[in-house]
Amino acid sequence: MSTELATSTTPAVKAGLGGGGRSGWGAGSIRPVLIILVLLLVAVGIRQPDFYDPPVLLAFLKRAAPLIILAAGQYFVIVAGDFDLSVGSLVTAEVVIAARLIDGDPAATWPVIALLLGFGLLIGLVNGVVTTLLQVPSFITTLGMYLVLVGAVYTWTGGSPRGALSEEFRMFGRRGIDGVPVLGQLPYAVLVLAGVAVLAVLAMRSDFGKVLLAVGDNPRAARLAGARTARIRTIAFLASGLAAAVAAILLGGFGGVSFQVGQGLEFTAITAVVLGGVVLGGGRGSVAGAMLGALTLQTLLTLLNLLGVSGALSSAVQGLIILAAVAVGTLRRRT
Amino acid sequence: MQQASEPPLLRMRGVGKAFFGVRVLDDVDLDLHPGQVHALVGENGAGKSTLMKIASGVYQPDAGTLELSGRAVTLPDPRAAQAAGIGIIHQEFNLLPERTVAENVFLGREPMRRGLVDRRAMHDRTAELLAGIGETAIAPQTRVGRLGVAQQQVVEIVKALALDARVLIMDEPTAALAEHEVELLYALVRRLQQRGIGILYVSHRLTEVFDLSGRITVLKDGRRVTTLDTAEATADTLVRHMVGRELSHYYPERAAPGGAGAARLRLSAAGNGRLRPVDLELRSGEVLGVGGLQGSGRSALARAVFGVDGFRTGQLLLDGVPVRVRSPRQAVRAGIAYVTEDRKGEGLALSQSVLDNALLAQHAVRPRWFARTARATTVRELLDAVEVHAAGTGQEIRYLSGGNQQKVILARWLAMKPRVLLFDEPTRGIDVGAKAAIHDLIRKLADDGAAVLMISSELPELIGMSDRIVVMRDGAIAGELPAGSSEEAVMGLATGAATSTEVPA
Repeated sequence: MSTELATSTTPAVKAGLGGGGRSGWGAGSIRPVLIILVLLLVAVGIRQPDFYDPPVLLAFLKRAAPLIILAAGQYFVIVAGDFDLSVGSLVTAEVVIAARLIDGDPAATWPVIALLLGFGLLIGLVNGVVTTLLQVPSFITTLGMYLVLVGAVYTWTGGSPRGALSEEFRMFGRRGIDGVPVLGQLPYAVLVLAGVAVLAVLAMRSDFGKVLLAVGDNPRAARLAGARTARIRTIAFLASGLAAAVAAILLGGFGGVSFQVGQGLEFTAITAVVLGGVVLGGGRGSVAGAMLGALTLQTLLTLLNLLGVSGALSSAVQGLIILAAVAVGTLRRRT
Repeated sequence: MQQASEPPLLRMRGVGKAFFGVRVLDDVDLDLHPGQVHALVGENGAGKSTLMKIASGVYQPDAGTLELSGRAVTLPDPRAAQAAGIGIIHQEFNLLPERTVAENVFLGREPMRRGLVDRRAMHDRTAELLAGIGETAIAPQTRVGRLGVAQQQVVEIVKALALDARVLIMDEPTAALAEHEVELLYALVRRLQQRGIGILYVSHRLTEVFDLSGRITVLKDGRRVTTLDTAEATADTLVRHMVGRELSHYYPERAAPGGAGAARLRLSAAGNGRLRPVDLELRSGEVLGVGGLQGSGRSALARAVFGVDGFRTGQLLLDGVPVRVRSPRQAVRAGIAYVTEDRKGEGLALSQSVLDNALLAQHAVRPRWFARTARATTVRELLDAVEVHAAGTGQEIRYLSGGNQQKVILARWLAMKPRVLLFDEPTRGIDVGAKAAIHDLIRKLADDGAAVLMISSELPELIGMSDRIVVMRDGAIAGELPAGSSEEAVMGLATGAATSTEVPA
């Protein structure tokens, strides 16, 4: 048990130190979420003793991957001082679009995937431009985008999703590389997750990441130091849109095509980010923390499930986590 | 002023306080008598604000006693201090801008009549209090947001008086005021004094201390160095007590006559909404001082050059080449640096590390994928060279003193090797020791060939540092003065009371 834990946490701690996180207890630190995660993992392990068998653990990571990716995208937006409430309906829109365009035709898979990624970037671009150039608060911009996407998807499909995803498309969410020693099957979702995580951490360690943090912390100071604050914030929205597209591709593979596939994911992602010690309002917290927050949230939901708590309660749990995490963050900042 | 027969209004004996084992205040005594203005001076970090917070119930002392008019008291919270007659006027006001003067004064304790707020009684009582300190120009019905800073300060004071404050603590009361408002504050302080109120006056500005106070306590490193009558003190002795240094070493030597080189920055008929067309030449190797009252266009000039609110008309030439600067980014790329007067609001990303703040301009303007370690090493060396004192370059910059924060901003710009540096109030809110270091750095930059423009409201600084002084008034340049001009000459031009030939006594 301890070896898996060590491998999953070590890179995160490093990234936390390099990526604007704090190593101590203050707001923005990843230490609290790590402790919560360890406690939850122990609890899950007691309830379900085979949880730490590599295949079971990988299956768990596979299920957690979309949320972790969404949280990474949401992190960029939140740390720059904004919100992205459009990601849930964007995920839905992506899956519905994919089903209708592919319509069971394997040859359409790759072009459609490219289109989906482009669509995610486009929505991010619109969110970013409306927020920065038209100076609409991002809360309103992305809420508007959320409604636009919901309405557009309904209209376009005439009320119920049409078409079907190809098996090739669903491969990302379902399959993996077989015959890997010890692990058994290595799911593609976990590989995609690892790729996203590495890119996100590298981005935050780059000069861009430093400026992004500064923009979230004090946009005026960043501007007076020569930063293009509008462009930086727009890039954050692009990252969030792209993350939503990637998450949608994985989620499309997990389950069926429905209007419910992305429902509520924006709040789950924000909860995860906040749980990871990232401060709403921007400037504090690491992307590793945000991703650990998502993993923690997924673990908690798994534990609740194992304990037989009704799934209906999970949104209440998320609400409580947001309230508690923000309140604790404020307290920690004050001391 | 001191009546030995009466017990002092406020007596502090042996007061000490430590935070997390760090002693910030140690064995401090202080007496404040009725009608006395007692100045509290010291460098940043000397313990002034801790002492103030103990006197106003915010902190509890670890050691020592407090007496009010001879009675021992404990002040468990700010409310208790208010009830005991201790009022505090912070640098930042606690007023509701959308409420009237009277509503602010009686906030939370409005006079009631038949279950409703008795507005008339509230207004009458407020008018009475205002009249009592000779402020008849402020109507109780006015919205506070419509008042100027000086008048808002008056409202804060009246708020304290409405609670029958007999001890008034004023924390840097002139920091937010324009020069001409300072006189009004002086008059107000004197009227409060006549009413027998004891005033604990905390300030960096020695001029005020000498103008107003009867007695001075100097703190250094949390200890009381001395308490003396103002009549016995001189600026020299005070500064020596504060830092152990003579005042005459205060400003670095100016550039040699004719030491200034070619024109680096030239403005010809450059103007915008706030500036009437300005002609100005800034030469390599010189420090050009810019004086004037607040709102005279000094900051607008620097901000226009830096592209924050750029010029709309006229021309800006850098080393003889016309340049269009329409954003701070373009200014930075053109080799211009700007040190803002609002360090926390515009200069720093407070939650980021010392190192990231020092690297901010490079991260923003010259992003790199390689050789990042080398660049960080260079900036670390710069931080050492400007003598930033921090627990480490990874420390969050919010925990540094104002002087050290300013040095980090200097290091940020030094790393960009700018041709032109614009300083707006470079030493505001900075303690005496760090001030001298920053002055030395500014001079060194000029000596190394940069062109420096320095805005300052502090006349000794403006005159002590500048090779030339231009004075602004109403968005235009009112006149130019040579190095070493008198304070009267600068003020004459700034207020429009005189042209440069006619100087009032």
